[in-house]
Amino acid sequence: MNALPASLQQIADEFAALEPAQRLELLLEFSNDLPALPERLAKHPELLEPVPECQSPIFLAVEVGDDGRVRLHFSAPPEAPTTRGFAGILHEGLDGLSPAEVLAVPDDLPNRLSLTEQVSPLRLRGMAGMLARIKGQVARSTAAGVPATR
Amino acid sequence: MSIPADTTPKFAEYAVGDRLVSTEWLAGHLGTPGLVVIESDEDVLLYETGHIPGAIKIDWHTELNDPITRDYLDGAGFADLMARKGIGRDTTVVFYGDKSNWWASYAMWVFRLFGHPDVRLLDGGRALWIAEGRDMTTDRPTISPAAYPVIERDDSTIRAFKDEVLGHLGKPMVDVRSPLEYSGERTHMPDYPEEGALRGGHIPGAQSVPWARAANEDGTFKSRAELEAIYVGEKGLAPDDDVIAYCRIGERSSHTWFVLTYLLGFQQVRNYDGSWTEWGNAVKVPIVKGEEPGSAP
Repeated sequence: MNALPASLQQIADEFAALEPAQRLELLLEFSNDLPALPERLAKHPELLEPVPECQSPIFLAVEVGDDGRVRLHFSAPPEAPTTRGFAGILHEGLDGLSPAEVLAVPDDLPNRLSLTEQVSPLRLRGMAGMLARIKGQVARSTAAGVPATR
Repeated sequence: MSIPADTTPKFAEYAVGDRLVSTEWLAGHLGTPGLVVIESDEDVLLYETGHIPGAIKIDWHTELNDPITRDYLDGAGFADLMARKGIGRDTTVVFYGDKSNWWASYAMWVFRLFGHPDVRLLDGGRALWIAEGRDMTTDRPTISPAAYPVIERDDSTIRAFKDEVLGHLGKPMVDVRSPLEYSGERTHMPDYPEEGALRGGHIPGAQSVPWARAANEDGTFKSRAELEAIYVGEKGLAPDDDVIAYCRIGERSSHTWFVLTYLLGFQQVRNYDGSWTEWGNAVKVPIVKGEEPGSAP
């Protein structure tokens, strides 16, 4: 099994250490802590990529900054707390990593969060969809050699 | 029924007039002894972000499904769940939820598998309650455990299995999924993960009536006349038909089961909960692609 980056492994360990019912509470914390979009993106929703794999509307933008670090931005409505929670995990676990580190994140990340009992498989596939789209944007912007949002 | 029905005129027109309650009625009855309000959502965390005061949560995935077998709780499991939720056999249960009550209808349908007598649905569901600015809370109610008898699940009346659907080919069926799922196009879209099915299309002969056609913009149910125009007028179904409804895993078709059974008074409506995630993966079952119902082979 490929290793998770330390930031994601720490999150996975936090979930694993909890009783199953408490894991949902932690997911809710990630949902509540998801940062709002920066104004420049909030004003330009066309720069965000939809994630149709999710059952709830979510949009994301990935940037590679001048410092070579990946920056993630998500937009998901409060009526979709589980989707927001997954976005929150990805934000906390991936934001600030290098493109190579993001691209190396194992695709089975959603199954390593000890949530498979609480959260339905389709939901977890939605999170896998978010991760795949993040990687796609990172790959495209690093291949193009320009820090672009899409 | 121990708690009088909601006498809203719209509801009185339906075949069974006492299976719906309005937000107004519910707001006026919160806290009534013998009433339990259940929120059932697609999103497992939504209840935690705020719910109707006093409402409890039942999650379809973790509480109504068997964790090992693809099936529902058995009689003992259901009795135990009811006891823990403070529900007795004579409790009036009002369900509501997100997505225009898909999961609330699904939970209600599971309750009916065990014959729970007094089940009602909140017309408009969670979204309408919130849109009307009614109270929400994150406080979890204190539940007093109740006694609930062990009732064996009846899978013969309102539930259909794959072999029964095979034997039903040529008789009325309603596919309540979206038009693209019905035609089978969805599985051809690039980059999109399949919804767990290897084949796209629909069961031969099934009519396409997406569940949402039964709902108004605000999530409330359409009037009886409007519903009859769709299911009877347009699709040619009759109240004494033997009808099977299905979708992807049986949640959206629970919504249609509710409509046909209680709002239009159909006598024999079964929900095929295996739905497309079973049919679309089963070996050698007939499938029709495209927009026409097609016919049984």
